[in-house]
Amino acid sequence: MTTTTLKSAYVRGVIAGSPFILVIIPFASLFGLLAAEAGLNVIEALVFSLVVIAGAAQFTALQLMQEEAPTIVVLASALAVNLRMAMYSASLTPFIGSAPLWQRAFAAYLTVDQSYVVAVAKYEKEPQMTVPQRMGYFFGAVTPIVPLWYIFTVVGALLGAQVPDSWALDFAIPITFLAMIAPMFRTLAHVVAAFVAVVVSLLAAGVPYSLGLIIAGVAGMIAGAATEKRLEQRAGTAP
Amino acid sequence: MIDKTTLWIVIIGLGLGSFFLRFVFTGLVGDRAMPPWLLRHLRYTAVAVLPALVAPQVLWPTATGGETDPSRLAAAAAALAVGLITKNVIGAMLAGGCTLYGMLYLLG
Repeated sequence: MTTTTLKSAYVRGVIAGSPFILVIIPFASLFGLLAAEAGLNVIEALVFSLVVIAGAAQFTALQLMQEEAPTIVVLASALAVNLRMAMYSASLTPFIGSAPLWQRAFAAYLTVDQSYVVAVAKYEKEPQMTVPQRMGYFFGAVTPIVPLWYIFTVVGALLGAQVPDSWALDFAIPITFLAMIAPMFRTLAHVVAAFVAVVVSLLAAGVPYSLGLIIAGVAGMIAGAATEKRLEQRAGTAP
Repeated sequence: MIDKTTLWIVIIGLGLGSFFLRFVFTGLVGDRAMPPWLLRHLRYTAVAVLPALVAPQVLWPTATGGETDPSRLAAAAAALAVGLITKNVIGAMLAGGCTLYGMLYLLG
Protein backbone atom coordinates (compact mmCIF):
# COMPACT_ATOMS: atom_id res chain seq x y z
CA MET A 1 0.00 0.00 0.00
CA THR A 2 2.68 2.45 1.09
CA THR A 3 4.89 1.47 -1.83
CA THR A 4 2.11 2.33 -4.29
CA THR A 5 1.59 5.81 -2.82
CA LEU A 6 5.37 6.32 -2.75
CA LYS A 7 5.67 5.21 -6.32
CA SER A 8 2.83 7.51 -7.38
CA ALA A 9 4.47 10.44 -5.53
CA TYR A 10 7.66 9.70 -7.44
CA VAL A 11 5.82 9.46 -10.76
CA ARG A 12 3.93 12.69 -10.10
CA GLY A 13 7.29 14.31 -9.38
CA VAL A 14 8.69 13.07 -12.69
CA ILE A 15 5.68 14.53 -14.52
CA ALA A 16 5.98 17.88 -12.71
CA GLY A 17 9.70 18.10 -13.45
CA SER A 18 9.50 17.13 -17.11
CA PRO A 19 8.61 20.56 -18.60
CA PHE A 20 12.07 21.65 -17.50
CA ILE A 21 13.63 19.24 -20.00
CA LEU A 22 13.09 22.03 -22.55
CA VAL A 23 15.18 24.37 -20.43
CA ILE A 24 17.90 22.06 -19.23
CA ILE A 25 18.91 20.78 -22.65
CA PRO A 26 19.85 24.19 -24.11
CA PHE A 27 21.24 25.44 -20.80
CA ALA A 28 23.52 22.43 -20.24
CA SER A 29 24.59 22.42 -23.89
CA LEU A 30 25.49 26.07 -23.62
CA PHE A 31 27.64 25.39 -20.57
CA GLY A 32 29.38 22.57 -22.43
CA LEU A 33 29.97 24.83 -25.42
CA LEU A 34 31.38 27.68 -23.35
CA ALA A 35 33.53 25.28 -21.33
CA ALA A 36 34.97 23.88 -24.57
CA GLU A 37 35.59 27.39 -25.85
CA ALA A 38 37.36 28.19 -22.58
CA GLY A 39 39.71 25.27 -23.20
CA LEU A 40 38.19 22.62 -20.92
CA ASN A 41 38.16 19.08 -22.28
CA VAL A 42 35.01 16.93 -22.18
CA ILE A 43 35.97 15.19 -18.92
CA GLU A 44 36.66 18.48 -17.16
CA ALA A 45 33.36 19.96 -18.34
CA LEU A 46 31.47 16.86 -17.22
CA VAL A 47 33.11 16.74 -13.80
CA PHE A 48 32.33 20.44 -13.38
CA SER A 49 28.63 19.75 -13.99
CA LEU A 50 28.65 16.56 -11.88
CA VAL A 51 30.28 18.16 -8.85
CA VAL A 52 28.56 21.54 -8.89
CA ILE A 53 25.18 21.14 -10.73
CA ALA A 54 24.40 24.85 -10.58
CA GLY A 55 24.15 26.51 -13.97
CA ALA A 56 24.41 30.17 -13.02
CA ALA A 57 27.33 29.56 -10.62
CA GLN A 58 29.15 27.46 -13.24
CA PHE A 59 28.76 30.20 -15.85
CA THR A 60 30.03 32.78 -13.36
CA ALA A 61 33.07 30.70 -12.41
CA LEU A 62 33.92 29.98 -16.04
CA GLN A 63 33.64 33.64 -16.98
CA LEU A 64 35.85 34.81 -14.11
CA MET A 65 38.48 32.12 -14.70
CA GLN A 66 38.73 33.25 -18.31
CA GLU A 67 39.28 36.78 -17.05
CA GLU A 68 42.06 35.31 -14.87
CA ALA A 69 40.45 36.57 -11.67
CA PRO A 70 42.16 35.35 -8.44
CA THR A 71 40.92 31.87 -7.44
CA ILE A 72 39.42 33.15 -4.21
CA VAL A 73 37.40 35.77 -6.13
CA VAL A 74 36.16 33.09 -8.52
CA LEU A 75 35.02 30.91 -5.63
CA ALA A 76 33.46 33.72 -3.62
CA SER A 77 31.55 35.11 -6.61
CA ALA A 78 30.23 31.76 -7.77
CA LEU A 79 29.19 30.84 -4.23
CA ALA A 80 27.45 34.21 -3.85
CA VAL A 81 25.46 33.38 -6.98
CA ASN A 82 24.52 30.15 -5.21
CA LEU A 83 23.60 31.74 -1.87
CA ARG A 84 19.94 31.36 -2.78
CA MET A 85 20.44 27.60 -2.33
CA ALA A 86 20.80 28.20 1.41
CA MET A 87 17.46 30.01 1.32
CA TYR A 88 15.93 27.07 -0.55
CA SER A 89 17.40 24.71 2.04
CA ALA A 90 15.84 26.73 4.85
CA SER A 91 12.53 26.83 3.02
CA LEU A 92 12.51 23.04 2.49
CA THR A 93 13.47 22.22 6.08
CA PRO A 94 9.94 22.39 7.58
CA PHE A 95 8.78 19.92 4.91
CA ILE A 96 11.59 17.37 4.70
CA GLY A 97 13.66 18.07 7.84
CA SER A 98 12.63 14.78 9.47
CA ALA A 99 13.64 12.56 6.55
CA PRO A 100 16.66 10.25 7.07
CA LEU A 101 20.00 12.06 6.91
CA TRP A 102 21.21 10.25 3.78
CA GLN A 103 18.04 11.28 1.93
CA ARG A 104 18.46 14.88 3.04
CA ALA A 105 22.10 14.83 1.92
CA PHE A 106 21.10 13.39 -1.44
CA ALA A 107 18.29 15.95 -1.79
CA ALA A 108 20.74 18.73 -0.89
CA TYR A 109 23.07 17.69 -3.71
CA LEU A 110 20.06 17.69 -6.05
CA THR A 111 18.64 21.05 -4.96
CA VAL A 112 18.50 23.29 -8.02
CA ASP A 113 16.07 26.09 -8.91
CA GLN A 114 13.84 23.68 -10.80
CA SER A 115 13.62 20.89 -8.24
CA TYR A 116 13.10 23.41 -5.46
CA VAL A 117 10.26 25.27 -7.14
CA VAL A 118 8.49 22.09 -8.26
CA ALA A 119 8.76 20.55 -4.81
CA VAL A 120 7.84 23.54 -2.68
CA ALA A 121 4.84 24.40 -4.86
CA LYS A 122 3.53 20.87 -4.32
CA TYR A 123 4.27 20.76 -0.57
CA GLU A 124 2.39 24.02 -0.05
CA LYS A 125 -0.55 22.88 -2.13
CA GLU A 126 -0.83 19.47 -0.45
CA PRO A 127 0.18 19.87 3.19
CA GLN A 128 -1.14 16.39 4.03
CA MET A 129 1.70 14.70 2.09
CA THR A 130 3.86 12.45 4.27
CA VAL A 131 7.60 13.02 4.50
CA PRO A 132 8.43 9.87 2.47
CA GLN A 133 5.96 11.01 -0.20
CA ARG A 134 7.61 14.43 -0.25
CA MET A 135 11.03 12.86 -0.72
CA GLY A 136 9.65 10.58 -3.45
CA TYR A 137 8.16 13.59 -5.19
CA PHE A 138 11.44 15.51 -4.91
CA PHE A 139 13.52 12.68 -6.35
CA GLY A 140 10.90 12.26 -9.07
CA ALA A 141 11.17 15.93 -10.00
CA VAL A 142 14.95 15.76 -10.44
CA THR A 143 14.87 12.52 -12.45
CA PRO A 144 14.11 14.16 -15.82
CA ILE A 145 16.32 17.18 -15.04
CA VAL A 146 19.67 16.29 -13.51
CA PRO A 147 20.79 13.41 -15.80
CA LEU A 148 20.14 15.68 -18.79
CA TRP A 149 22.30 18.34 -17.15
CA TYR A 150 25.23 15.91 -17.24
CA ILE A 151 24.50 14.46 -20.66
CA PHE A 152 24.02 17.76 -22.46
CA THR A 153 27.10 19.28 -20.85
CA VAL A 154 28.98 16.54 -22.68
CA VAL A 155 27.01 17.05 -25.89
CA GLY A 156 27.72 20.80 -25.79
CA ALA A 157 31.40 20.22 -25.07
CA LEU A 158 31.63 17.76 -27.97
CA LEU A 159 29.76 19.97 -30.42
CA GLY A 160 31.91 22.95 -29.57
CA ALA A 161 29.92 25.05 -32.05
CA GLN A 162 27.65 27.93 -31.17
CA VAL A 163 23.86 27.58 -31.02
CA PRO A 164 22.50 30.37 -33.25
CA ASP A 165 21.53 33.44 -31.22
CA SER A 166 18.34 33.71 -33.26
CA TRP A 167 16.91 30.76 -31.28
CA ALA A 168 16.67 33.12 -28.31
CA LEU A 169 17.30 30.20 -25.95
CA ASP A 170 18.57 32.64 -23.33
CA PHE A 171 14.93 33.39 -22.62
CA ALA A 172 13.85 29.82 -21.90
CA ILE A 173 14.87 30.27 -18.28
CA PRO A 174 12.87 33.43 -17.46
CA ILE A 175 9.78 32.02 -19.18
CA THR A 176 9.83 28.71 -17.33
CA PHE A 177 10.43 30.34 -13.96
CA LEU A 178 7.60 32.82 -14.48
CA ALA A 179 5.32 30.01 -15.60
CA MET A 180 6.21 27.99 -12.49
CA ILE A 181 5.84 30.86 -10.07
CA ALA A 182 2.59 32.41 -11.33
CA PRO A 183 0.31 29.66 -9.93
CA MET A 184 1.95 30.15 -6.51
CA PHE A 185 0.47 33.64 -6.07
CA ARG A 186 -2.39 32.58 -3.84
CA THR A 187 -2.68 35.49 -1.42
CA LEU A 188 -2.01 39.22 -1.39
CA ALA A 189 1.10 38.48 0.69
CA HIS A 190 2.59 36.40 -2.14
CA VAL A 191 1.99 39.21 -4.62
CA VAL A 192 3.51 41.82 -2.30
CA ALA A 193 6.57 39.59 -1.69
CA ALA A 194 7.17 39.15 -5.42
CA PHE A 195 6.54 42.81 -6.23
CA VAL A 196 8.97 44.08 -3.59
CA ALA A 197 11.58 41.49 -4.59
CA VAL A 198 11.34 42.50 -8.25
CA VAL A 199 11.61 46.23 -7.51
CA VAL A 200 14.59 45.74 -5.20
CA SER A 201 16.31 43.36 -7.65
CA LEU A 202 16.08 46.02 -10.38
CA LEU A 203 17.35 48.74 -8.07
CA ALA A 204 20.17 46.50 -6.82
CA ALA A 205 21.12 45.13 -10.25
CA GLY A 206 24.46 46.93 -10.05
CA VAL A 207 25.50 45.34 -6.74
CA PRO A 208 28.51 43.09 -7.46
CA TYR A 209 28.72 39.28 -7.17
CA SER A 210 24.95 38.80 -7.61
CA LEU A 211 24.40 39.95 -4.04
CA GLY A 212 21.57 42.14 -5.33
CA LEU A 213 19.55 38.94 -5.72
CA ILE A 214 20.01 38.00 -2.08
CA ILE A 215 19.12 41.52 -0.91
CA ALA A 216 16.02 41.47 -3.13
CA GLY A 217 15.02 38.00 -1.94
CA VAL A 218 15.30 38.94 1.72
CA ALA A 219 13.38 42.20 1.12
CA GLY A 220 10.60 40.27 -0.63
CA MET A 221 10.41 37.69 2.16
CA ILE A 222 10.18 40.42 4.81
CA ALA A 223 7.46 42.19 2.82
CA GLY A 224 5.51 38.95 2.38
CA ALA A 225 5.75 37.99 6.05
CA ALA A 226 4.75 41.51 7.17
CA THR A 227 1.74 41.49 4.84
CA GLU A 228 0.67 38.06 6.08
CA LYS A 229 0.86 39.24 9.68
CA ARG A 230 -1.09 42.41 8.88
CA LEU A 231 -3.81 40.40 7.13
CA GLU A 232 -4.04 37.97 10.04
CA GLN A 233 -4.37 40.79 12.55
CA ARG A 234 -7.08 42.39 10.45
CA ALA A 235 -8.93 39.08 10.19
CA GLY A 236 -8.51 38.58 13.96
CA THR A 237 -10.04 41.94 14.88
CA ALA A 238 -12.96 41.58 12.46
CA PRO A 239 -16.26 40.71 14.15
CA MET B 1 43.69 29.42 -21.33
CA ILE B 2 42.54 28.49 -17.85
CA ASP B 3 45.25 27.09 -15.60
CA LYS B 4 44.49 23.43 -14.77
CA THR B 5 45.32 23.69 -11.08
CA THR B 6 43.03 26.72 -10.72
CA LEU B 7 40.30 24.87 -12.59
CA TRP B 8 40.38 21.87 -10.26
CA ILE B 9 40.55 24.03 -7.13
CA VAL B 10 37.49 25.92 -8.37
CA ILE B 11 35.56 22.77 -9.32
CA ILE B 12 36.19 21.08 -5.96
CA GLY B 13 35.80 24.24 -3.89
CA LEU B 14 32.62 25.22 -5.65
CA GLY B 15 31.25 21.69 -5.31
CA LEU B 16 31.89 21.55 -1.57
CA GLY B 17 30.68 25.11 -1.01
CA SER B 18 27.50 24.58 -3.01
CA PHE B 19 26.74 21.37 -1.16
CA PHE B 20 27.22 23.14 2.15
CA LEU B 21 24.78 25.92 1.12
CA ARG B 22 22.20 23.35 0.03
CA PHE B 23 22.61 21.20 3.15
CA VAL B 24 23.01 23.89 5.80
CA PHE B 25 19.35 23.94 6.92
CA THR B 26 17.88 20.59 5.83
CA GLY B 27 20.95 18.81 7.19
CA LEU B 28 21.90 20.74 10.29
CA VAL B 29 18.50 21.98 11.49
CA GLY B 30 16.66 18.85 10.41
CA ASP B 31 13.46 18.24 12.34
CA ARG B 32 14.17 20.70 15.13
CA ALA B 33 11.35 23.23 15.28
CA MET B 34 12.12 26.60 13.76
CA PRO B 35 10.65 29.77 15.26
CA PRO B 36 7.28 30.88 13.80
CA TRP B 37 8.62 34.27 12.63
CA LEU B 38 11.28 32.46 10.58
CA LEU B 39 8.76 30.05 9.07
CA ARG B 40 6.57 33.00 8.19
CA HIS B 41 9.44 34.50 6.20
CA LEU B 42 10.46 31.22 4.59
CA ARG B 43 6.97 30.81 3.13
CA TYR B 44 7.84 33.63 0.73
CA THR B 45 11.26 32.35 -0.40
CA ALA B 46 10.12 31.01 -3.76
CA VAL B 47 7.82 33.88 -4.72
CA ALA B 48 10.52 36.42 -3.77
CA VAL B 49 13.78 34.86 -5.01
CA LEU B 50 12.70 33.51 -8.40
CA PRO B 51 10.98 36.70 -9.66
CA ALA B 52 14.02 38.66 -8.41
CA LEU B 53 16.26 36.26 -10.33
CA VAL B 54 14.44 36.74 -13.64
CA ALA B 55 13.39 40.42 -13.43
CA PRO B 56 16.74 41.87 -14.60
CA GLN B 57 16.92 39.27 -17.40
CA VAL B 58 13.43 40.25 -18.54
CA LEU B 59 14.13 43.98 -18.60
CA TRP B 60 17.77 43.90 -19.67
CA PRO B 61 18.47 40.60 -21.48
CA THR B 62 22.15 39.70 -21.97
CA ALA B 63 21.35 38.40 -25.46
CA THR B 64 20.48 41.93 -26.64
CA GLY B 65 23.44 43.47 -24.85
CA GLY B 66 21.22 44.66 -22.01
CA GLU B 67 18.81 46.58 -24.23
CA THR B 68 15.13 46.16 -23.38
CA ASP B 69 13.53 43.94 -26.00
CA PRO B 70 9.75 44.18 -26.69
CA SER B 71 9.58 40.50 -27.73
CA ARG B 72 11.09 39.23 -24.50
CA LEU B 73 9.04 41.66 -22.42
CA ALA B 74 5.82 40.51 -24.10
CA ALA B 75 6.81 36.84 -23.71
CA ALA B 76 7.42 37.28 -20.00
CA ALA B 77 4.11 39.10 -19.57
CA ALA B 78 2.26 36.37 -21.49
CA ALA B 79 3.80 33.56 -19.42
CA LEU B 80 2.98 35.37 -16.19
CA ALA B 81 -0.56 36.31 -17.21
CA VAL B 82 -1.49 32.83 -18.47
CA GLY B 83 0.08 31.29 -15.36
CA LEU B 84 -1.88 33.60 -13.07
CA ILE B 85 -5.19 33.07 -14.83
CA THR B 86 -5.07 29.37 -15.67
CA LYS B 87 -2.69 28.11 -12.93
CA ASN B 88 -1.38 25.84 -15.70
CA VAL B 89 2.42 25.70 -15.86
CA ILE B 90 2.73 24.12 -19.30
CA GLY B 91 0.11 26.45 -20.75
CA ALA B 92 2.03 29.42 -19.35
CA MET B 93 5.32 28.15 -20.82
CA LEU B 94 3.72 27.63 -24.23
CA ALA B 95 2.13 31.10 -24.10
CA GLY B 96 5.52 32.62 -23.30
CA GLY B 97 7.35 30.63 -25.97
CA CYS B 98 4.79 31.31 -28.72
CA THR B 99 4.69 35.01 -27.86
CA LEU B 100 8.49 35.20 -27.98
CA TYR B 101 8.83 33.50 -31.37
CA GLY B 102 5.76 35.25 -32.77
CA MET B 103 7.06 38.68 -31.80
CA LEU B 104 10.62 37.93 -32.93
CA TYR B 105 9.22 36.82 -36.28
CA LEU B 106 6.92 39.83 -36.68
CA LEU B 107 9.51 42.36 -35.59
CA GLY B 108 12.19 40.68 -37.69
